[in-house]
Amino acid sequence: MTMRGAPLFTEAEWDFGMLDRVYRAIEEIALGELKLDVYPNQIEVISSEQMLDAYSSLGMPLMYRHWSFGKLFAREEQLYRGGHSGLAYEIVINSNPCISYLLEENTMTMQALVIAHAAFGHNHFFKNNYLFRQWTNAEGILDYLAFAKRYIAACEDRHGRDEVESILDSAHALMDQGVFRYRRPPKPSKERVLEKRRRRTEYAEGSRNELWRTLPAGIEPPGAPPALDPEEDFSSDMKLPEENLLYFLEKHSPALRPWQRELLRIVRNLAQYFYPQRQTKVMNEGCATFAHYTIMNMLYDRGLIGEGSLLEFLHSHTSVVFQPEFNDRRYSGFNPYALGYGMMADIKRICESPTAEDRDWFPQFAGTGDCMATLKDAWANYRDESFIEQFLSPKLIRDFRLFGLHDKAEDPTYRVSAIHDEQGYRRVRSSLARQYDVGIADPNIQITGADLEGDRKLLIEHRAHHGIRLHGPTRELVCAHIERLWGYEVVFREVTEDG
Amino acid sequence: MSHFIDRRLNPKGKSLGNRQRFLRRARAQIREAVQKTLKDATVADVTKERKVKISTKGTREPRFRLAPGAGGEHDFVLPGNKEFVSGDEIKKPRAGEDGGRGKQASDSGDGEDDFEFTMSQDEILDIFFEDLELPNLVRTTLKETPSRTWKRAGITTSGSPTQINLLRTMRNAFGRRLALKRPKPTDIEALEARLDALEHETPQTEESQRKVAALKEKLEKAIARRKWIAFIDPLDVRFNAFSEQPVPTSQAVMFCLMDVSGSMGEREKDLAKRFYVLLHLFLRRRYERVDIVFIRHTHDAQEVDEQEFFHSRQSGGTIVSTALDKMLEIQKERYASADWNIYVAQASDGYTQSGDARRCVEMLNEQIMPLCQYYAYIEILDEREMEVFASEDSGAELWRAYRMVCGQWPNFATKRISKPADIFPVFRELFRKAEAG
Repeated sequence: MTMRGAPLFTEAEWDFGMLDRVYRAIEEIALGELKLDVYPNQIEVISSEQMLDAYSSLGMPLMYRHWSFGKLFAREEQLYRGGHSGLAYEIVINSNPCISYLLEENTMTMQALVIAHAAFGHNHFFKNNYLFRQWTNAEGILDYLAFAKRYIAACEDRHGRDEVESILDSAHALMDQGVFRYRRPPKPSKERVLEKRRRRTEYAEGSRNELWRTLPAGIEPPGAPPALDPEEDFSSDMKLPEENLLYFLEKHSPALRPWQRELLRIVRNLAQYFYPQRQTKVMNEGCATFAHYTIMNMLYDRGLIGEGSLLEFLHSHTSVVFQPEFNDRRYSGFNPYALGYGMMADIKRICESPTAEDRDWFPQFAGTGDCMATLKDAWANYRDESFIEQFLSPKLIRDFRLFGLHDKAEDPTYRVSAIHDEQGYRRVRSSLARQYDVGIADPNIQITGADLEGDRKLLIEHRAHHGIRLHGPTRELVCAHIERLWGYEVVFREVTEDG
Repeated sequence: MSHFIDRRLNPKGKSLGNRQRFLRRARAQIREAVQKTLKDATVADVTKERKVKISTKGTREPRFRLAPGAGGEHDFVLPGNKEFVSGDEIKKPRAGEDGGRGKQASDSGDGEDDFEFTMSQDEILDIFFEDLELPNLVRTTLKETPSRTWKRAGITTSGSPTQINLLRTMRNAFGRRLALKRPKPTDIEALEARLDALEHETPQTEESQRKVAALKEKLEKAIARRKWIAFIDPLDVRFNAFSEQPVPTSQAVMFCLMDVSGSMGEREKDLAKRFYVLLHLFLRRRYERVDIVFIRHTHDAQEVDEQEFFHSRQSGGTIVSTALDKMLEIQKERYASADWNIYVAQASDGYTQSGDARRCVEMLNEQIMPLCQYYAYIEILDEREMEVFASEDSGAELWRAYRMVCGQWPNFATKRISKPADIFPVFRELFRKAEAG
């Protein structure tokens, strides 16, 4: 389209000068042409071993110590060494500045692809999507993790590894029930966070006093942290029912000591931080894949990458967006890259060259010609469930040959409820959207009662949706963890909707 | 502004702390797994880096999750429809049967399969030693890698300046200078002298001037040639090469003798195996090469391979001296005592034909002990017998006979054992000697 320049690189080998030139070229397209809005980028080149390290700490650059991460590392290492799985080409962190990790083994073409994908695609999504804006704090996460790591290490020194480990085990078991889904968590202002951090440090310093080590076990030194404040009151009003089990236990458990509450809080904050990612897998990957596809093609159009690179990129791109069919041996659920990229590319098609059917289904944006406006609006204001409900087109349903199944546990067969035909489009679409609704996929578990003055029994209820109950053996194990944190008996009930 | 940070040189092993915590957590399962490898692996390989498979008991991470298979109803969407229309009925795949749905099946099943990962040699040794209750000092000496030294390995064309081989370098330079006919200083001096003589010759004739000019040209050429053919060229330089090699120590042979008559059960053999593994570990550290010879005996002794040694059974009486005979025979044939350090490890339950013990003692005193570096005998008892034979002096015939040998030879050790922790004291003398020497 525009003038063709000399390619920025022709070899597979890369060096930092070359990375920088390519980054600038990509930045020009991403910000200048696509008008993406991103956090400042910090790109780090790491080795494969460090990539495994990053895997095992949930992709975060720093993380507190716990055996489960060691287990994860051992498993990933085994898979990687045995050649069963490759490593990700990149990991990107929702933080400001946005940190992306590039694997050193990538070729120059792959580095370019990964920069476009992570440093601009994901980065734009993190900065603009409403879930991330409202529920995560990109500025503070790294500081918070540093605090968590220090705090937990200090607790291990003070109270012993076993004590800390048992609390973390129990907290991890409840991680999925440690998020606020609807209600906003009481959010302390930045001042308060600073103030609290200061008080925590003071407490840590103060409690280093050698004399307190001679106290018999179980006695807390005075000046226990931090003095109760109005935002986190152990008030008698427990605001039941409560869906955030970790929050409830942190605030109201009669058995926990202050540092144990802080551990629950750390795990809960992490769970909340990762919650938006679970809700936007398809969109997030779709956005990033669409961004890298568009940017790489524009680089080629401008002559900044050669044909060899283009083919290498296309090879990698097509394998990333490959969706095996349900009866394929490789099938393991929907590939978020495939579905996400498919929908983004489809929206572009509808904006630029719509068919009559598209005009019928999407009158708001069919034929407007400005796909970036529609896409950016979608990236900012939807999550997977609502995005699919709103934007999945009949054409894509046909392309993927989607069909809906109804599963009744007692029946020996599934019933095909809808296929890609006039009658089926809307059913398939709604059904797929619900599949991506984390609120439905996660069991609906609430604390319904806790008698603090009486026998201190904790009542927990699972509201079974469509009669689907919890997996029994794991339920028992998790309940044991709750009992450890609550300190008294826990009564678990499963209720079905029809009572 | 630089956007890039190179983290590759950052310290490695960031998750080491997590790994240690994991190993600690799964200790019981890992011990079980390591003990299993003790059964399956050969004596020499027990402590190599290997994959271990542990059950996830103890490292479970339970979460609440739904079990859609167990009841209720739900809808879901799949890609890749080819033949179905609305209302069709599809048979449900049985769990774990359908390859395409394999992952889903394990997700809704227990999902906690056996867990396999690689343990390093150090980690395996730690577990192994823990069972044997080795003193810490011994642990570290055993884990130490053999010392290495630099040995000459010929000549190379690259290296550090301190390792220049002058002789070779100069020889090469000399050869090159000869081949390229580099003028020597004496040649130049001779030319200069002749030139000087010619120039001072009187009277100057035309002829002599021509000669002077020719000589001058020749001299210039010679000087130029000296310039471009260097005295020492980088091509000539040679360096001494060194390569790292283990300190040469002599070789050792380890004879494993064991009674395999019916009275030796699985437990006894397992204990004996630990005993052999420990001796092997120790020998491997001290000697470059360690051969192992397995001799089993009932009333008759045979040399066998390891598999048969530990796993096959034979019936028959028990005559210990046959094993000693066999050992001597093999030693004479293959392991001359001048070249080999000979170690013998014998395990038995203490029974032998009456009268045989005396013959054993004779053989030991006269033939075997003078050859051996060390002879370790363990008698494997069960706990009850252990109590009966609380005193060192009481015991079956073989034991009493061996006690006599023990008094005479400082490099003869005997011990009764009934559990793994008893094994190490057998080697106490051996290790003490190693530390002194």
